[in-house]
Amino acid sequence: MMENVSFATAGAHARAPEMPVKMFGRKVEVFYGQKQALHGVDLEIPERQVTALIGPSGCGKSTFLRCLNRMNDTVAIARVVGDIRLDGEDIYDKSIDVVELRARVGMVFQKPNPFPKSIFENVAYGPRIHGLFKNKAHLQEIVETSLKRAGLFEEVKDRLDEPGTGLSGGQQQRLCIARAIAVSPEVILMDEPCSALDPIATATVEELIDELKQNYTIVIVTHSMQQAARVSQRTAMFHLGRIVEVGPTEKMFSNPDDKRTQDYITGRFG
Amino acid sequence: MTDIPASSRLAGAPRSESAVSDIRSGLSRRKSAQTRLKIYGIVAIVFALTMLGILVGSVVSTSIPAWTQTQVRLDVTVPDDETPNYRSLVNDSLVAAFPQAERDRAALRRFTGILSNGAQFWLRDELQASGAAPGSTVSIWLPVSDPFEQLYEGVISPSTPENRRPLNDQQIADFQSLQQQDRIRSVFDWGLITNADSRFPELAGLKGGLIGSAFLMLVCLCVSVPVGVGAAVYLEEFAPKNKFTDFIEINVNNLAAVPSIVFGLLGLALFLGFLGMPRSAPLVGGLVLAIMTLPTIIITTRAALKAVPPSIREAARGIGASEMQVIAQHVLPLALPGILTGVIIGLAQAIGETAPLLLIGMNAFVTSAPTSMLEASTTLPTQIYIWFDSPERGFVARTSAAICVLLIVLSVMNLFAIVLRRRFERRW
Amino acid sequence: MSTSITLLIPLLLGIGGFIVATSRARRFSDVGSGKMHSLPKYHGYLVALSIIVPAYLIIFLWLFFEQSVLRGVIVNALPDALTNGATPAQVSLLISQVQQAASGATFGNPDPAIVEVAGRLREAVVFSRWALPLVIVLVGLATAAVLVSRIAKRFRARNYSEAIMRGLLIFCATLSILATLGILLSLLFEGLQFFSRVSPIEFFFGTRWDPQIAIRPDQIGSSGAFGAIPVFMGTLTIAFTALFVAIPVGIFAAIYMAEFASPHVRGVVKPLIELLAGIPTIVYGFFAVLVISPFIREWLGSIGIAVSPTAAIVPGLVMGVMLIPFISSLSDDAITAVPQSLKDGSLGLGANRAETVTKVLLPAALPGIVGGVLLATTRAIGETMIVVMAAGLTANMTVNPLQGVTTVTVQIVALLTGDTEFDNPKTLAAFGLGLTLFLATLLLNLVAIQIVKRFREQYD
Repeated sequence: MMENVSFATAGAHARAPEMPVKMFGRKVEVFYGQKQALHGVDLEIPERQVTALIGPSGCGKSTFLRCLNRMNDTVAIARVVGDIRLDGEDIYDKSIDVVELRARVGMVFQKPNPFPKSIFENVAYGPRIHGLFKNKAHLQEIVETSLKRAGLFEEVKDRLDEPGTGLSGGQQQRLCIARAIAVSPEVILMDEPCSALDPIATATVEELIDELKQNYTIVIVTHSMQQAARVSQRTAMFHLGRIVEVGPTEKMFSNPDDKRTQDYITGRFG
Repeated sequence: MTDIPASSRLAGAPRSESAVSDIRSGLSRRKSAQTRLKIYGIVAIVFALTMLGILVGSVVSTSIPAWTQTQVRLDVTVPDDETPNYRSLVNDSLVAAFPQAERDRAALRRFTGILSNGAQFWLRDELQASGAAPGSTVSIWLPVSDPFEQLYEGVISPSTPENRRPLNDQQIADFQSLQQQDRIRSVFDWGLITNADSRFPELAGLKGGLIGSAFLMLVCLCVSVPVGVGAAVYLEEFAPKNKFTDFIEINVNNLAAVPSIVFGLLGLALFLGFLGMPRSAPLVGGLVLAIMTLPTIIITTRAALKAVPPSIREAARGIGASEMQVIAQHVLPLALPGILTGVIIGLAQAIGETAPLLLIGMNAFVTSAPTSMLEASTTLPTQIYIWFDSPERGFVARTSAAICVLLIVLSVMNLFAIVLRRRFERRW
Repeated sequence: MSTSITLLIPLLLGIGGFIVATSRARRFSDVGSGKMHSLPKYHGYLVALSIIVPAYLIIFLWLFFEQSVLRGVIVNALPDALTNGATPAQVSLLISQVQQAASGATFGNPDPAIVEVAGRLREAVVFSRWALPLVIVLVGLATAAVLVSRIAKRFRARNYSEAIMRGLLIFCATLSILATLGILLSLLFEGLQFFSRVSPIEFFFGTRWDPQIAIRPDQIGSSGAFGAIPVFMGTLTIAFTALFVAIPVGIFAAIYMAEFASPHVRGVVKPLIELLAGIPTIVYGFFAVLVISPFIREWLGSIGIAVSPTAAIVPGLVMGVMLIPFISSLSDDAITAVPQSLKDGSLGLGANRAETVTKVLLPAALPGIVGGVLLATTRAIGETMIVVMAAGLTANMTVNPLQGVTTVTVQIVALLTGDTEFDNPKTLAAFGLGLTLFLATLLLNLVAIQIVKRFREQYD
């Protein structure tokens, strides 16, 4: 089925090997009340790669991201039409439990938002609500692995009982990533994860994203062209609620097809 | 610029000397207007605070006599029969305290007037508690009646003309003779808290009212907190924005401003009339107060829920928490201090509320504390009203003392709310 | 079985159901694999909620209808000879005789028929007392059995239990409407009975209020007069006296605190003034009688003005003090809600603080202040204890605050305290007054809330 569809890798190069499609959206339209935020967006998201969504503010990239794990459900006036599939399964189907979906498609937000609980409890929360551990030792193991994968363990291993809100901004964001990893999602959505961080913290998080792609499919919304170029293998350029160009990141930044993409990445608008 | 005539001043051009001096000359007038406004403000604040001071001061100072009880010491021979006549025992012991006095009936009546009418019951309880052997003599302190208590406390002065005071010269002389024998003392009156209501001010206490109020608060808490918090959670977290929720919202705001007595009418018509619940019962009073407190709890809980940042909700949802889990595991715990503060404020309002309780008969004269939710009972504020309504002079001090107790209870509740808010104040 | 034990049964059943379902689900699940749709505890919650919620519903409906069913039992059991051609009043007398006989309180020699029916009643009561818990237990066990048997990996217990919780929350929100509806219905029901006996025209336009009514038809005395105009006038006189005190004091205090006071002074004075709002009204009533009434009578008497002991000025003044924090904090909010830019604009032109307040801030804050005053008016009209303690009972046609007046709330309390019996025009009159009071405050509130809301939106 759809999993087996490969990318047309015209002009592909070493950094973007052919990967099966993990998620895709067909003719996705989103309405906020009377206002239409997305117009027929088509996008395929390859497995275990980083897909970057770029574009000027208000272009619909975050809106699209939030469709991928149905975060828009909580907005009363939002209405999503079109077809979004995860492993070939329609995630907007009535039989889908949104809670299970979000366990498979995790999310990291713009501003680090740890719970006002201990570092341990922050990471343990997901496994707790989804029943992912057999006993206490197992839970501890999950928390530890998640923190390690998020590159935070060494920094916090002596103070797992201290509140997560006491960490620095970059650490908080990595804690949020650890929290998302702890439920072993298949896809991680990141909504401008570095926009509230300083350059050093940003670099750490970017490195982390690069490592995470070995195990997870990542979709990242970013304002920073450099970040998209650094971390992603595939880039989609949004403009006014439509995708104007999508392709391997290398190609997008060296030789874009669309004039608007070119203008945007060279900083002429945005 | 030179061709502009000096007389025509352009808008925006610098003012001439005369305009500046105009302004300057008006300054002192304007300044005194400002001072006047300030003085009005200070006068207003001083007025309000003075009233507060006089209110509290007058209540406290009027209450002073009620905190103490004047007692007379009598030497009582413990009777040996099964059912002694305590009344005559009291009288005999009292007369024995006046060895020189003649023993006619008028004198006897005069003497017995010294003691409180409840003295015989007091004596019975004391004797039974002491377990003294029959035939032995024990000395026991018994409360004096209201006018003598006032005499001892100086409210009634012997120097006022005899016809202007409730005690005649002979009575005062009797009392002074007891004082000379060192048979009079004044002690802190625990009965004010531990006794139930009585016709006699010196024996009347708040036990019934306090327990009744506690019952009412319990019912009120059990009904209004779950319902109020539930309603607030629904309105704040789940309710779609539509006509129906708008209607509920307006309705809650309105309910908050409905005069309290109307809730009493509701209780009378619905609980007593239609559902046939018993009059004066704490259950009914509690339900009425619960309905009255409901809007306060809903409004404060909603404010507390609103104060929880949306990022927390998003974070939990992003991991796959369901709406109910987001609320139960994140939002409610974080909003809890705010909710508790609202609950305490609501209960503090309810505990002082009197008017609706009068209509459902909670101002009944009940001489024992209630033991169940369906027994006739009074409450702290209705007890105050009953005493206020009683003609005996001693009840004025009792009323004030009861008000002091009510104000203390309220202060403790509010203090608790403040501490709670301080302690859990959270910055995100 | 006593009612309190019956009330506990659903809770115990629910806890039992929770334990059974949780352990059953735990046995079923591959623990910790995440393959189960819902955690075991949600299976438990679902079973517990499905037992508890219907059980309490049954209990409340049962208790609600029990009395009328039992009455039906009595009426059916009574021999036709007694009930044939009996008026409703006679029937209800018979019923209460039976009830008394059943509870063991008999006077003299009761009719053997009554005793027999009383026996039946006792049986019915016992039956009801035992049948109810039995029904609850059976229904609960059946629900539990069905749900426990359905526990499976993909069974969406969490979704179902959350749907039940959501339903409960909606129920809570609806209760607040039911409260208003209850008030409205009970006032309308009794109030309309009153208006069917006393014409609304007499009530709203009559000028004599004297609700004493003959207890027996042949009794000499007045038949009662229900012209409420003097009562309304008394209410308004006291309310306006109160506002006359509270409005200037409240607004000036608010201005001073918002614009002139140092943060330190404000931090001390504001909570102190708000204390006035926390004092129960019965305390104000006592204060009025104990201090204000003698003071005013002595003071005005010394300059030769006679003041009635129940003069409107006494409760009015005290109520005014009570309303100060209302007006001051709402005005304070309104003044501080005016945007800084407006204030800066005025100060930048060289206006001093006082001019800024009076010419810019007050006009801009006016709607908020007016809303506050209207809310305070609602309070003043509906305030009960101060007037019950300090105002009079006789209705005088006057707006002179130095004369004794009575108010709507005083009359309601006076008509309804003591032994009240429904169906008596005297008690019904209280509901007529209550209905009027409720509608008047409702109207004032709606207007006030709208004004305040619009004001807030303007600067949000």
